[in-house]
Formats: sequence, structure tokens, C-alpha cells
Amino acid sequence: MIYGLWGLIGAALALPASIYLLFPPRLRKREEWTEAADMGKLTAKTPTEVVFRQNRVDGWKITSERTTAWAIKISDTEVIALAPQCTHLGCAYHWDDGKRQFLCPCHTSTFSPDGKVLSGPAPRPLDRYEVKVENGKLLLGKVVESENAA
Amino acid sequence: MIRVVRHVIGWIEHRTGLETAIRSFLYEEVPASSGWQHVFGSVAMFLFMLQAFTGILLAFNYAPTPGEAYNSLRYIMTEVTGGRLIRQLHHWGASMMIVVVVLHMIQVFLFGAYKKPREATWMAGVALLLLTLAYGLTGYLLPWDNRAYWGTVVTTQIASKAPVLGPYLSRLLGGEGAIGVVTFARFYGMHVLLLPPITTLMIIAHLFLVRKHGIAPAPGDEAKPVKKFYPEQVYKDTVAIFVAFAILFVMAVAVHVPLERLADPTDTSYVPRPDWYFLFLFQTLKFFEGPLEVVGSIVLPTLAMLALILVPFLDRGRVRRVTERYAAFGVVFLALLGWGGLTGAAIMTTPKTAAVEIDFSAPTEWLQLSPEEMAGVGYFRKENCVSCHSVGDGGAKIGPDLANTAIRKSAAWMIAHFKRPATLVPGSMMPPIQLSDSQLNALAAFLLKLTPQNASALQAAPAFAVDGALIYQANRCGACHLVNSVGMKVGPPLNGIFRHRDKAWIARHFRDPQAVTPGTIMPRYAFSESDMDKICSYLLSLPD
Repeated sequence: MIYGLWGLIGAALALPASIYLLFPPRLRKREEWTEAADMGKLTAKTPTEVVFRQNRVDGWKITSERTTAWAIKISDTEVIALAPQCTHLGCAYHWDDGKRQFLCPCHTSTFSPDGKVLSGPAPRPLDRYEVKVENGKLLLGKVVESENAA
Repeated sequence: MIRVVRHVIGWIEHRTGLETAIRSFLYEEVPASSGWQHVFGSVAMFLFMLQAFTGILLAFNYAPTPGEAYNSLRYIMTEVTGGRLIRQLHHWGASMMIVVVVLHMIQVFLFGAYKKPREATWMAGVALLLLTLAYGLTGYLLPWDNRAYWGTVVTTQIASKAPVLGPYLSRLLGGEGAIGVVTFARFYGMHVLLLPPITTLMIIAHLFLVRKHGIAPAPGDEAKPVKKFYPEQVYKDTVAIFVAFAILFVMAVAVHVPLERLADPTDTSYVPRPDWYFLFLFQTLKFFEGPLEVVGSIVLPTLAMLALILVPFLDRGRVRRVTERYAAFGVVFLALLGWGGLTGAAIMTTPKTAAVEIDFSAPTEWLQLSPEEMAGVGYFRKENCVSCHSVGDGGAKIGPDLANTAIRKSAAWMIAHFKRPATLVPGSMMPPIQLSDSQLNALAAFLLKLTPQNASALQAAPAFAVDGALIYQANRCGACHLVNSVGMKVGPPLNGIFRHRDKAWIARHFRDPQAVTPGTIMPRYAFSESDMDKICSYLLSLPD
């Protein structure tokens, strides 16, 4: 009886507490599309680093922050935008124009222009933003994690 | 397996003596007369640990600075899964703790258990009561809404009027000048950094003394066989703790703790009130005016506390049998009567809220609706549209989902459809809506606002605002006034009117505008009592 009652109290506290700590909060903002660049300013087949401001929901705050993306124009209506962090440990990588590949300075992972892993410890291709092209503008949505298909 | 466990236990026992310690704690002898009346101390300690637990959980999502505090608490209550439950457990747990601590004290008092050699135990207990009240006082500010802010203004003002110590106390509380970031940091620091370790030490001292002197035996106990703490008393304590917890849990689930407007130092219409357990002090204060005020605010409470601490020395009588302690019963009865009377008087004299209470821990998207759209909510409810249409909630009903923006039609289409549904949608089962054109306009305006994301939030608009907006529309107030950027600017815009006007003023102005604002071109409006209340409440709810 004593143990049973304490068990009930413990459960009635542990359950809400774990839900409180482990469940994701309800989202109050739906995802937005942010205008990142003019399609005309992107060069075909060569990645361009675009800098834009994006609203990020951060707990009880919504902050507008500077974000970058590597945009590669495939055609006038088709673009890929890569999230600027290496999929290994999150370092910022850069574009090596001579070798025509992305190079991460931390552990020398290299990626092809469309984000595939060429060498190094990166476990999967670079993550991509959701993209949309409207009226000649490149719109970016949220970052979607790439498949584990390295 | 059992051998391994025994071996591990033996190892620990040999190194730490833990098993012996637990055994001697559990098999402590308690007097034959101990029983249900002795459960309150354990319940109080359980509640203290529960407050610590829920407090830590809240701190994981709470930013202790003004402004941020409000937003993060709002985030806890509206977005974090289970956040409202944790907050309400903490809120109601605080109230319950006061109740239980006082019950514990009454029991000890009635049974005369503070008598020699247990004076120090009693005094440590009084210290714990004061600490419990200090949690209430400091925790009250932390939501940083209007209630918290104005309640604390009064607290710090009282402290600053203390004889001699006033200015120092005021500086210590950071309340010099105005309440701001410093006061907030001090109150938060006390609530989470200073009070918990002091309370823990005090509880240890209190328990040590209880164990040192044992539970006070009743006369005649000597003749009866002693009991063991475990299992008899532990069983009773556990049942009592469980009952207390069950009540608290139900309250935390069922009784809504609102969050008011963000603390607003310029809001002159706010009537501050302390939490219920301080109301009697608040009421006492009213009996003392001018230079005597300090008597009610400082001198009397201090004397009362001193008397409480000195109870073991004031009562030198030898009577210990609880049934013969008439004087003690008399004192408790008078104290409860006085407390109840003062609290009751304080509640009775609280004016029916001058300002409008909006619960900011519930969705507030409706605050952004124009009066016409808000009136649309009224027609939407009156026509009971949800009996045939789902609204973003995905329920399969006869009619289409009204929040589905993909099938959205223009206002003109909707109005034509409302009048003769089958004309535009052949085969439609919808009955024609019998409303005037302007009312249909309002309904269409509201429907155009609906999206799957805001549907439930918009429908949460409180009845007073919807009714108020219906009156606003019916009287065409928008022909002169601007609300949420809709209307005309002939008269003053009405957003944020709660900042400088109260309900009584607005009502007077409606009845006789010339008398209140000479030269105004606003006509008189003779609303009924209830309509007047609704339109005034609606206007006072309009955001800045």
C-alpha cells in the first residue's frame, strides 16, 4: 500500500515532467518563405554564397538573424540551396573554385557542387533548404536534413 | 542473485552505515497516541520537495528578467507541452503549502506539543512558516504581469515605511524609486537561491529536534506499548500525502491560473491585491490611516510573529491533555475567526474589476480582429455554422472545411451563397441564413480571416468581446472611430483606451457625452446595463 501510493505519486510527476522536458513545444508560427536572392544574380552551375535574414523561432522569442546558403542554379527555374554547415560536426565549409568542390576546413571533408560527399568523415550529403522560385526571386524555406546515403 | 544483492548491501553498509541509519530512522519508537493528527509535518515536507521539483522544471524554460519573464512564462503556458500543468502545480502547490503548514502549526498548538523540552522545535517551526510566506511574497513578482507588478509595489512600499529600517529594507529589496530590473533580480535571487538552502537547513534542524525529543506523548501514553514509526505512522503519512497530492493534481489540471497583461507601470486603473493568504494583512492595513499606518503594516504583524515565536514561554500551564486545553482552542478559534473575517471583508470590498481581465496564457489572436470581423464571430456562433462545417480541425462534416484557404471564395460570392445556397452550389443542403446584408458582410469578413493555423485561436474569442463587437457594429461606431486600423478618424481611435479610461468613465460618456467631454459631437447611447457592460469591456480589451 505504502509503495503503491508512492509509486502513483512518482508516476503522476515523472510522466508530466518527461513530457514537459522531452516533447517539442507546439509551434505557434508556421514556416515562412524568405526571399534570399535574385535569380539573375546567380551564376549557372557555380555555387554562390547568398546572405539573407531569416526569422527563427527561438523558444519564446522570434529573432531575425543573418543566415547564409550556398545556391547553385541548375536552370532558370531550378535551384538547390545548401545549408552552410558541414554534416560532420557543423563547421562552415567554403567553395574551392579551382577544384570545383566544397571543402570543410575542420576535418577536410569535400563535397561536390550538389552536396554529395566526395571524401572525408562527413556521414551524409550537405543538407538543403526547401526552395521555391517566384517572379525571378529565390525563396528559401526550412532546412531539410539529407538522407543518410553517403 | 539475492546473494549478490546482499553482498552489495553489506558492502555499502560496511563503508557508510547507510542501512543502520535507515533502520534506526524507520524503526524509531513513537508514542502510543501518535496517529492521524501527526501527518501534517510530513505533508508539508512533501509539498516543499514538490515545489522544488516543479520550480526547477519551470526554471528550465524561464528567463528571470522583466519582460522576458512574462514572455517565457507565456511560452511555458501556451507552447511547452505539459507546461501549463507544471506551472499550475507550482502555483496551487504554494497555496496548499501555506494551508498545510498552518494546519501543522494548529495541531502542535492544540496538543501543547511546544512545551518543555520542545521550545526550540516550535521556534524552528515558526521560522519555517515565515520562510513559506517569504516564498509566496517573492514568487508573486516572478510572472511579471500586472497582478505581480502592482502586488509587489504595495509590498515594497510597506517595507519602506518600517520605522528606522525602512530605507534600508527598501534598498535591500531593490524597490527604491520604482520597481524594475533590480527588484526583480533580488526577488528572483531570494526565491530560488537564498530561501531554498535556508529552508533545507531549517527543515533539517526541525527534524533533528523532533527526533531528539521524540513526538510529544499524550498523558497516559507511558502505560501503553510504544509504536514504531514504520510501518504504522509511515502508512498514515503516505495516505495523507497521497490525498494532498491528489487534491493538488486535480486543482492543477482543473483550476486555470490566468496570466494578466504584461506589467504596466502606467496603468492607473489597476487595483492591486495580494495573494489570498495575505489578504487579511491587506485588510488590517485599512483600519490604520495616516501616521498610524505603520501600526497595521509593521508593528502588529511583528508583534504577532513575536507572540507566535514566544508561545512556549507565554503558555507555562501544565495542561497537556488536548481535550482539556480550552484556552488553546479558544485562541485558535479566535485567530481563525479574525483571519476569516478580515479575508472575507477584503474579498467583499474588492471592486468588481475596473479593468477587463484577458487571459494572456490563452490564445489572444482575436485581439487583432476588426469589430466587423469580431461581430462575424458572433453571427458564426449564433448561426451555429460548426454543426455542419469543420473549421481547420479536420472533422468530417457535411459542409466543407471553412478554414481551408484552397477553396476560399470572395466575400461577394459568400454573401450570395448565404442568401440562396443552392443557386451557387447546386445540390447544397445548406439552409439560407436569415441575416441583414451588413450582418452577412461581417460573417464573410470573419470567414475570410480563417486559416487552419488561427481557426481555433480566433474561435476562442471571449463572449464579452464578441457581444461588445456586435453592439459596436449595430450602433455603427466605426463610422467615427478607428479600431485595429478599421473605421474612421472623426472621433478618437479606440485602441489602448484601457490605458487612460476605466469602465465607469466610458459608461458615463456613453450616457451623456456632453457632460463628460463638453463640445463633443458624439450622440448619447442609452444602452441597457448588460449591453453597457459588454461594450465597455470590449473597448477596454482593445490592444495598443
